[in-house]
Amino acid sequence: MAVSQNKLVQWIDRRLPVFTYLDHELNEYPTPKNLNYWWNFGSLAGVMLVIMIATGIFLAMQYDPNAGDAFQSVERIMREVNYGWLIRYIHMNGASFFFIVVYIHLFRGLYYGSYKAPRELLWMLGVVIVLLMMATAFMGYVLPWGQMSFWGATVITNLFSAIPGVGKDIVTWLWGGFAVGNPTLNRFFALHYLLPFVILGVVILHILALHQHGSNNPLGIDRKGPQDSVPFHPYYTYKDMFGLSVFLIVFAIVVFYFPNLLAEPQNYIPANPMQTPPEIVPDWYLLSFYAILRSIPNKLLGVCALFGAIFILFLVPWLDTSKVRSAYFRPVYKWVFWLLVIDAFVLGDVGAHRPEGWWIVIGRIGTFYYFFHFIVLMPFIGWFERPLPLPPSIAEAVLKKRGGAPVGAAATRAKP
Amino acid sequence: MADSAHSHTAGAHAPGGSRRDFLVIAGNALLGVGAACTVWPLITSMNPARDVLAAGAPIDVDLSSLQPGQQVLVIWRSRPIFIVHRTPAELTKLQSSADTGLLRDPNSDVLQQPPYATNWHRSIKPEYLVLVGICTHLGCIPEFTPQPGGSLGPAWPGGYFCPCHGSRYDLSGRVFSGVPAPYNLPVPPHHFINDTTVRIGENPPNSTFDFDSIEQI
Repeated sequence: MAVSQNKLVQWIDRRLPVFTYLDHELNEYPTPKNLNYWWNFGSLAGVMLVIMIATGIFLAMQYDPNAGDAFQSVERIMREVNYGWLIRYIHMNGASFFFIVVYIHLFRGLYYGSYKAPRELLWMLGVVIVLLMMATAFMGYVLPWGQMSFWGATVITNLFSAIPGVGKDIVTWLWGGFAVGNPTLNRFFALHYLLPFVILGVVILHILALHQHGSNNPLGIDRKGPQDSVPFHPYYTYKDMFGLSVFLIVFAIVVFYFPNLLAEPQNYIPANPMQTPPEIVPDWYLLSFYAILRSIPNKLLGVCALFGAIFILFLVPWLDTSKVRSAYFRPVYKWVFWLLVIDAFVLGDVGAHRPEGWWIVIGRIGTFYYFFHFIVLMPFIGWFERPLPLPPSIAEAVLKKRGGAPVGAAATRAKP
Repeated sequence: MADSAHSHTAGAHAPGGSRRDFLVIAGNALLGVGAACTVWPLITSMNPARDVLAAGAPIDVDLSSLQPGQQVLVIWRSRPIFIVHRTPAELTKLQSSADTGLLRDPNSDVLQQPPYATNWHRSIKPEYLVLVGICTHLGCIPEFTPQPGGSLGPAWPGGYFCPCHGSRYDLSGRVFSGVPAPYNLPVPPHHFINDTTVRIGENPPNSTFDFDSIEQI
């Protein structure tokens, strides 16, 4: 079937089948018919990546990556450049919204077992993206060269000094000097511009891996035939666009009415290498990991725990021993999952407070539980838990839920 | 975009287009407006920022120490501005037909100067010439070469020589025939706020000349 009536499109497609490919992957692409709104967050993350790259390129045209000028150039973007305030506020809050979307996407995968065979590599590529995002966000946060930029960079780069033997040399190498300074800012800017395009590359691999076996679904059972699927377009293109509209409304409300809701006031003070602010906190999306770092009284072990907290996600496909994907049919894991969500929030709260008194205790309990969840609960629950019976097919489960509508194409004929 | 997938399910088309056609066209039109509104702040952020525009405010130059035959170079809107104090001999030469015959546009017919500088000396006061020092060929800065003759040949009356591609201008910034540059050097808006102080970037009170309207910088 020709992808288009357009002669030019046909001419190109006969020589370079991009249109056939897009038609195959976006239009015909069979998708489980029972996806819920938690499945919107993958495409939302893609849209956020595009928004961040687009606004970032225009900010880079005005930004000055020099320790003497960086802070002023950001203030100049806010005050002098046409719509500079808008572009910067979109980029700054965009980072937070990107992480909100990606974290929801990640927990969606954890709940519905989207990491299980044959989607292990799909999941691991996703973890790589999260890691790259954290590195990119951290370096982007340094660029305005405010107090929190400078001291955040100092603290995070100093993590590497925990490495025995070569730690000090590595830190000097990272800085390009004897402290965070102009060479550090220059290289962070270069990498902050580069890494989003690396993320884009990994996203393409992530989508390739996804399209090999198609999306998982809330029931976690495989599609058995055409009665279980709908074409991606128009059903999920429109559902995604509806979700995007709602998301962009919330995003716009923050950008236009509460642009500094998630910003740190300390970062509107120019960097001063001679004075550390009273408290150094990372942006909210790194607080949980920051809490894990501070909960361990040993420097090297703290750094190991920080990185371990992320790297353990790579092992999730093998730590979870249950044959059933979706937590919907797992009476025990279902509750344990929500405990992990609560634990992540508690750790985030701990990360935002000075490590004093009860916060230390709560932080240690939270850190212990985080690793306990992955290393102990995940494998053991898989062995002992008795899952509920799985429905024979997606189509039957969907129709039963709807009160036994006649079997057949009724659902597929629904208006887009 | 949506048509190829379900045009056959769209139902009978009423004459003059169906309800769906209307919704698709209206939706796409709104999408186009939204896309334009999204792209506009990004594109216009590349225009000169407000501090850049503010830096283009008029500047005052004190000419009391500028001797006849001398030139000073000042910067206005990031561009080199030549201010020359011409000698009486040079002014006489500007009017001699032997020299004006060598020029492409001796009467300044092309709009390269404000109306108040459209005269044989291309300035307000004959002795003081104010020019934007950018060659109208490809943007180099011509050299101030007031001495007649020399390496530029016996016919050279003195003026500006552009080292990039050999364009020549006389001491009023008028371009010679047979050189690559097409137009006379531009004269920026300027006026004298007292006998020896010129304000560059602002018209005399009675003029509304718009510098952007000139042919070429």
